[in-house]
Amino acid sequence: MSTIQLLLIRYENRQLFIELQQLQQQRDQLNIEWGQLQLEQSTYAQQDRIETIAKQRLQMRLPELYNTIIIKP
Amino acid sequence: MNKPLFIATENKITPLWGRRQWMLLLFIIMVTILFGRAIYLQIMHTEFLQNQGDARYLRTVAIPAHRGMILDRQGEPLAISTPVDSVWVNPKQFVLSQTGKLANLLELSVSSVKALISERQQKEFVYIKRHISPQLALKVKSLELAGVFLQREYHRYYPAANVTSHILGFTDIDDNGLEGLELAYESQLKGTFGEKQVIQDKYGHIITEVKSVQIPQDGQNIVLTIDKRVQYLVYKELSHAVQVYHAQSGSAVILDVQTGEILAMVNQPAYNPNNRENLDGEHYRNRAITDVFEPGSTLKPFTIMTALMSGQYTAHTLVDTTPGSLQLGQYTIHDSRNYGMIDLPTIIQKSSNVGASKIALSLPKQQLWQILTQVGFGQRVDSDLPGEVKGHLNHYKRWYHAEQATLSFGYGISVTLLQLAKAYATLGNRGIVPTIHIRMTEKAVTPNNPIVSEQVAQQVLSMLERVVQPGGTGAKAQVTGYRVAGKTGTVRKTANKGGYLENDYIALFAGLIPASKPRLAMVIMIDTPRGDSYYGGDVAAPIFAQVMAGALRLLNIPPDNL
Repeated sequence: MSTIQLLLIRYENRQLFIELQQLQQQRDQLNIEWGQLQLEQSTYAQQDRIETIAKQRLQMRLPELYNTIIIKP
Repeated sequence: MNKPLFIATENKITPLWGRRQWMLLLFIIMVTILFGRAIYLQIMHTEFLQNQGDARYLRTVAIPAHRGMILDRQGEPLAISTPVDSVWVNPKQFVLSQTGKLANLLELSVSSVKALISERQQKEFVYIKRHISPQLALKVKSLELAGVFLQREYHRYYPAANVTSHILGFTDIDDNGLEGLELAYESQLKGTFGEKQVIQDKYGHIITEVKSVQIPQDGQNIVLTIDKRVQYLVYKELSHAVQVYHAQSGSAVILDVQTGEILAMVNQPAYNPNNRENLDGEHYRNRAITDVFEPGSTLKPFTIMTALMSGQYTAHTLVDTTPGSLQLGQYTIHDSRNYGMIDLPTIIQKSSNVGASKIALSLPKQQLWQILTQVGFGQRVDSDLPGEVKGHLNHYKRWYHAEQATLSFGYGISVTLLQLAKAYATLGNRGIVPTIHIRMTEKAVTPNNPIVSEQVAQQVLSMLERVVQPGGTGAKAQVTGYRVAGKTGTVRKTANKGGYLENDYIALFAGLIPASKPRLAMVIMIDTPRGDSYYGGDVAAPIFAQVMAGALRLLNIPPDNL
């Protein structure tokens, strides 16, 4: 009896261990991806890049003071 | 037919009996030896053998911990650790004929890899290449070479690169802080490695995890008072100016005058912390806190402040600066021209050295020294940034006669840029010295006691406003829509062997904005500009105007001059 139980538990242990390993790998993978996405985002959000695109491609400019309305709280 | 095994005849028993006995004895001896050996190994040597066995299969593996991020005040990442892999080889298992494959994939020369491995033939661990991208690591893994392993490590990336280089510093390849805030906050940023025991096969593959010895503890994130957007703005304008004027270096600091937060701190030349090859200390130095200079005319407001505090002077007191020079022993103090009888605001506006000297000489030494010390000259700022120096201010008891005069216009005293920024922030904060810090704090900082009355601070402030108005030395610091208070400085550089250099200057500007109720203090230093002009008002003041036009909009500070 106990021999069979031991075997069953061993088997279960192994299954759970494999699952744990897989999940840990998945976590690591997601962490890697997160780090890369963060880097990518901050590269795209680089101030000089935004500035160049806004000014050159989108023809944007800062509003002059005369067409700015300041609302006092 | 059957041949008997032995013949039991009476007369032949003796020789066979003897042989049997000998054999028996031999067996007994052999069994005894075996048992003895077994007992010896099992009981007396068991621990040693167990350890040896475990050592071949049971390994303690480090679980790397994540180093904390450094964020700016908006939560934008300034330093991130991302997982990377390092390739290492066990030379005892590695087959040298595989070197070509591995070296090609890693873009290394075959001979150097071979040399590396054969050099450590007796060892079990050689790094081949550290910090490769996860994609490349997958390719290495798919080669399935014997004796080639990957190790998970973390690499530090700085998304803002040059822009934040001096503040953040950098880490070494093992992710230990070496410079800047990475060094200062090392204990909090650094995580503690975890450890787990695993059973490995002979190829080093983990078969099963036995137990975790220690759970890894990730490092803390650190939030700075730096505003990445403002920091970038300052970086852009400063590097532009340093280039245009072919200056040796330049630094700028922006402080929030009320909270004492450092919003931006930039030095030129900067470096890219993501790629630090061929760089030396010249680039790494955070000049705003490690380099001292004589503040020159930017110190005059504090002389005037002392004058107003002493009660001997009011804003309308006239000082005779004729003939535009003052003889003090062997020294002669000059103005750029003869201003005649002028009041205190004009001394500031025209930056009269003679006027400032005459005032200083009429004031008690102790009071002048006290004010300069209280605003922070000669004292460490203690902003957490490592490597800070405290500058130099002689004790008033050791002042000689001329020193009291030269101090009034900023010679004979050495300060860092951050100290100068702090002093101006005090002026902008109505005489209350702000506690300068670079790390966001949750708890409210208890305000210090004012060192001058609000009225005096206000008077000095309105004098500084005249500097930036047309006709003043700092007119180029004007910002549309805002009132600006500021002071220019053009300082002769000291020569290494004493005395002053003939043609080398430091251009300075210190400003407060909006002048009606200052929120920001900014000081700019350009070291040795070589261009059409070297004056603080021409070189440094425009940087103030350009940075502030953007920074005030970003920080939502309403205009006070419409």
